[in-house]
Amino acid sequence: MIPPAFEYIRPKTLPEAIAFLQQHGSDAKILSGGQSLIPLMKFRLARPSYLVDINRIAGLSYIKEEGGYLKIGGLTREADLENSPLIRSKYPIILDTARVIADPQVRNMATLAGNLAHGDPANDHPATMLALGAQVLAAGSQGERVLPIESFFVTLFTTELQPDEIVIEIRIPLPSPQSGGAYLKLERKVGDFATAGVATQVTLGEDGICQKAGIGLTNVGATPIKAVRAEGALLGRKLDEAAIAQAAELAACEAQPSSDLRGPEEYKRGLVKELTRRALIRARERAGN
Amino acid sequence: MAAKQFVQIKVNGRNREALVEPRMLLVHFIRSISGLTGTHIGCDTTHCGACTVLLDGKTVKSCTMFAVQADGSEILTVEGLMKDSKLHPLQEGFKEEHGLQCGFCTPGMLISSYALLQKNGHPSEEEIRWGISGNLCRCTGYQNIVKAVQYAAGKMEQGGKDGLPNVR
Repeated sequence: MIPPAFEYIRPKTLPEAIAFLQQHGSDAKILSGGQSLIPLMKFRLARPSYLVDINRIAGLSYIKEEGGYLKIGGLTREADLENSPLIRSKYPIILDTARVIADPQVRNMATLAGNLAHGDPANDHPATMLALGAQVLAAGSQGERVLPIESFFVTLFTTELQPDEIVIEIRIPLPSPQSGGAYLKLERKVGDFATAGVATQVTLGEDGICQKAGIGLTNVGATPIKAVRAEGALLGRKLDEAAIAQAAELAACEAQPSSDLRGPEEYKRGLVKELTRRALIRARERAGN
Repeated sequence: MAAKQFVQIKVNGRNREALVEPRMLLVHFIRSISGLTGTHIGCDTTHCGACTVLLDGKTVKSCTMFAVQADGSEILTVEGLMKDSKLHPLQEGFKEEHGLQCGFCTPGMLISSYALLQKNGHPSEEEIRWGISGNLCRCTGYQNIVKAVQYAAGKMEQGGKDGLPNVR
């Protein structure tokens, strides 16, 4: 399958890319990993007149802790996350997420930024970034903006990003000691989108009381869902069986799945409940409790 | 009609250049421009991995990348595995252990296995299955593919370096 014709531009700098995007608006699409965009173009679901290949812009691929944040560059690939000693040792929730995305070849190209910017509720990083309270740093013709992940996903395939904005960094506040997180996904086969997925992140006090909780849900609604009621049910409590069961129940209520070839609505709600329970238990363990 | 772009790609050590439409997929550049038809087009939708090649040391699905993106890069395809008229230990392993039946997935399997063995000379069965998880085979049930990769791992340990590009 050959996609419709387009003009190809390969800027060397960020200002050059932004200027081009500003000139052509939504006729132009950013080509990063391309692992969602190119299949969409083959199916004629996307027909951009211009592709702006940002892959050769220097300085956008990094993973570092700095100024109170874990910072991940806009061109950092899933494979970079998977292989990063920092991610492997300190952010197992991100490793959980990266390694269940598609397959090794796709992960060599696909980027975290693209996984978010695509706005697909079936993508895996959105739930994890919701659980972690991430921020998206976007550069555009009006300068740079910090977009909180909670309001980033507007509706199906639509985010807060303007057509002339490029995601240059993802920032995750450094978790306090005694924090832990996990991402669990059920997929029919390797490489498939989630039937459902749940990301959880908790911070516990010295006494084992939950001080912070983040829960994100994958592929059970028009956007990735932040399960705020489930999060609320954990705050100020010990993460015992009863608290976890209540949060799992609430997360299932907050999910808005629809029946499709991956299963009926009821099944998916049940799945969210069980995945939330298991992910919370794992997050608690990783928090050292 | 989109403006054509000049593209230069080193395929198996040999420079190949052409003026191509931006929408030309890398797999078509490899098959049509370079005349190397070992790299297969299977599903054409990023699932099957038959089109897998090594691009600057990383496995990619060449049906999900434009040739223009690979401009200035180096590629290894299945044709590049053989050295001095001798099969690569992986090719030998697939032959000895019956790692193929119809053979359609084999070029991609070989490249993914090649990348795996470069990074991990002693993969466990689980690691092999993980390494080829982006490559579908509808004939073998994967059993003999795993054995073939194990065979090659043993051979390569004895034989030392194979002189082919490194994997990043």
